[in-house]
Amino acid sequence: MKSLAELQAIKEKMQNKVVLREGTGDIRVVVGMATCGIAAGARPVLNTFVEEVQNQNLSKKVTVSQTGCIGICQYEPVVEIFEAGKEKVTYVKMTAEKAKKVVEQHLKNGRVISEYTIAAHKA
Amino acid sequence: MIRAHVLICGGTGCTSSGSKDIQKAFKENLEKYNLTEEVKLVQTGCFGLCALGPVVIVYPDGTFYSRVTPENVTEIVEEHLLKGRIVERLVYNETHEDLDHLGNVSLNDTAFYKKQHRVALRNCGVIDPENIEEYIAMDGYAALGKVLTELKPEDVIQILLDAGLRGRGGAGFPTGLKWKFAAANKADQKYVCCNADEGDPGAFMDRSVLEGDPHVVLEAMTIAGYAIGASQGYIYVRAEYPIAVQRLKVAIKQARDLGLLGKDIFGSGFDFDIDIRLGAGAFVCGEETALMTSIEGKRGEPRPRPPFPALKGLFGKPTILNNVETLANIPQIILKGAEWFASMGTEKSKGTKVFALGGKIKNTGLVEIPMGTTLREVVEDIGGGIPNGKKFKAAQTGGPSGGCIPAEHFDIPIDYDNLISIGSMMGSGGLIVMDEDNCMVDIAKFFLEFTVDESCGKCTPCRVGTRRLLEMLTKITEGKGTMQDLEDMKELCYYIKENSLCGLGQTAPNPVLSTLNYFYDEYLAHVKEKRCPAGVCKKLLNYVIIEDKCKGCTACARVCPVGAIEGAVKTPHKINSNKCIKCGACMEKCKFSAIEKK
Repeated sequence: MKSLAELQAIKEKMQNKVVLREGTGDIRVVVGMATCGIAAGARPVLNTFVEEVQNQNLSKKVTVSQTGCIGICQYEPVVEIFEAGKEKVTYVKMTAEKAKKVVEQHLKNGRVISEYTIAAHKA
Repeated sequence: MIRAHVLICGGTGCTSSGSKDIQKAFKENLEKYNLTEEVKLVQTGCFGLCALGPVVIVYPDGTFYSRVTPENVTEIVEEHLLKGRIVERLVYNETHEDLDHLGNVSLNDTAFYKKQHRVALRNCGVIDPENIEEYIAMDGYAALGKVLTELKPEDVIQILLDAGLRGRGGAGFPTGLKWKFAAANKADQKYVCCNADEGDPGAFMDRSVLEGDPHVVLEAMTIAGYAIGASQGYIYVRAEYPIAVQRLKVAIKQARDLGLLGKDIFGSGFDFDIDIRLGAGAFVCGEETALMTSIEGKRGEPRPRPPFPALKGLFGKPTILNNVETLANIPQIILKGAEWFASMGTEKSKGTKVFALGGKIKNTGLVEIPMGTTLREVVEDIGGGIPNGKKFKAAQTGGPSGGCIPAEHFDIPIDYDNLISIGSMMGSGGLIVMDEDNCMVDIAKFFLEFTVDESCGKCTPCRVGTRRLLEMLTKITEGKGTMQDLEDMKELCYYIKENSLCGLGQTAPNPVLSTLNYFYDEYLAHVKEKRCPAGVCKKLLNYVIIEDKCKGCTACARVCPVGAIEGAVKTPHKINSNKCIKCGACMEKCKFSAIEKK
């Protein structure tokens, strides 16, 4: 180890990998992963969220986790986004592509994509 | 891409309750369900709740599974990791009630963790101790970087003096002062030693730090080397800690590979290296002069001080010795500043202290609390109180060198000076809780048996004195003691304290003195009434059958290993007290509660 910069480089490389254990991001992305969700394709959605959150360096802010059946099986894959002090946002009929956009627009820039939400589908 | 981490405790406690099998089961199940790319298995150090081991935590949810069996693992993988449903049945039952609507719990909100403040143990149970990069991710080696590139040795020492850090090995000597003395002495070679010869029965915080966060010790020792001008360090660790030794070896190799040990660290021109020396487990080798003699390859015996190690230590060179837990605090103090550290604790005892909770307490394990926390908070809130509704009688701190704290001092804030003032001591941090079923004479005898065994024999007051003391105690527990014995014991205690060569002998009488002081009535009951109030001392016990309750079922007579119970079927039985060995088997067997201890 010849310099602080070298140490810093290792730290940055690793930080995204251990931050998961703090589990205290301001925003929580919860993917429904019950049988219905998995059958409808929740796994690639979950994986995309995990991947994109890391790629966009949002790991400190965003925690991605999974849950069981949310109860609206016809709308699976369902993703709920919780943020302290804000209304819960429920995205339905998600795909990997949509997940990518949600990370980019909602998680990174704070703009809810209304056409993916459950409200848009019910209407 | 990894989306979940499964942390499995690999500390000694959980290893002995089977965490290796749990690890294997997770590996197999993750492979079976094709989850190896998504879920990472991490073996960590001790989480602290050893009573509930093997312990598994799943992140990002922070779900705390306790007492996990290999069969449970299949369920956890299928339900939690594959389908996202927390297996609530297996969640640690206290956190269970705090589950939020998503089945989430925050470990830090449980009573066991809420009042704790983890500084020395901050990485234990969080990182993989065999991966230096995880340590670096948690700010590891950043303190060393700061010290070598920004600070002068005297600045480092000043930070420690300002922080008020005192030795966690027991005596509580100010760490900064120790370093200052060693730094001031000129020599061609100096040494830094880490005292990891943890010998107090029941204390295992040093082992947990070494197992859970070995790099913090290496980093702190290197900082110490820079501060005093040493280029070589030794870790003296007992061979009975195989997991700790193994992880230290791995850690030293990783640090050398990355150039965090060796020549020209951080391009500063400073060289430092560390080697491990194994001890064979003699208690006296935890005493600093004996420890150094042992490292030199000689028989581990203490020598008189002065000269103190700071002047003439290992191989006759200026040396500092610091305890593992002391060292574990240092990188944090450098990074967060002396004020941060000094803001925790009491006026003269700063920071936190780790205690190993044991004895009659629900949450056996390792806890780290700010100095000044009361004994009541530790026992009742963090420890979960005493099982089976029994009453708190005393807590023993400081192991064989310490004393008992009776119920009347239950609300005393724990720090170095308070404990000394009530005749106990901090010691390395063993805290054994005793209830009404513990006999205090027997406890004193237990610790004295230990010191008699462990006395190295170099000086007479300790070698002969402790043995005579034990003989008197044995006499008392057998009902043969006299009032003169009580007087003689006290005098002998003071004689041993005053005249012994090293800390072992000087503190050996403490368990006797403190129990004599607080539980004199129990000694009197043994001596005058030939009775053991707690019903522990076998020679003073008599098992009797209450005639009215005995149905003559013969169960007791059949279970008695020495044939001491006589009587015909369906008539009350009798115990022949001359034959009885007081094993208690009959009492356990009796369905009618007809047998009593008197």
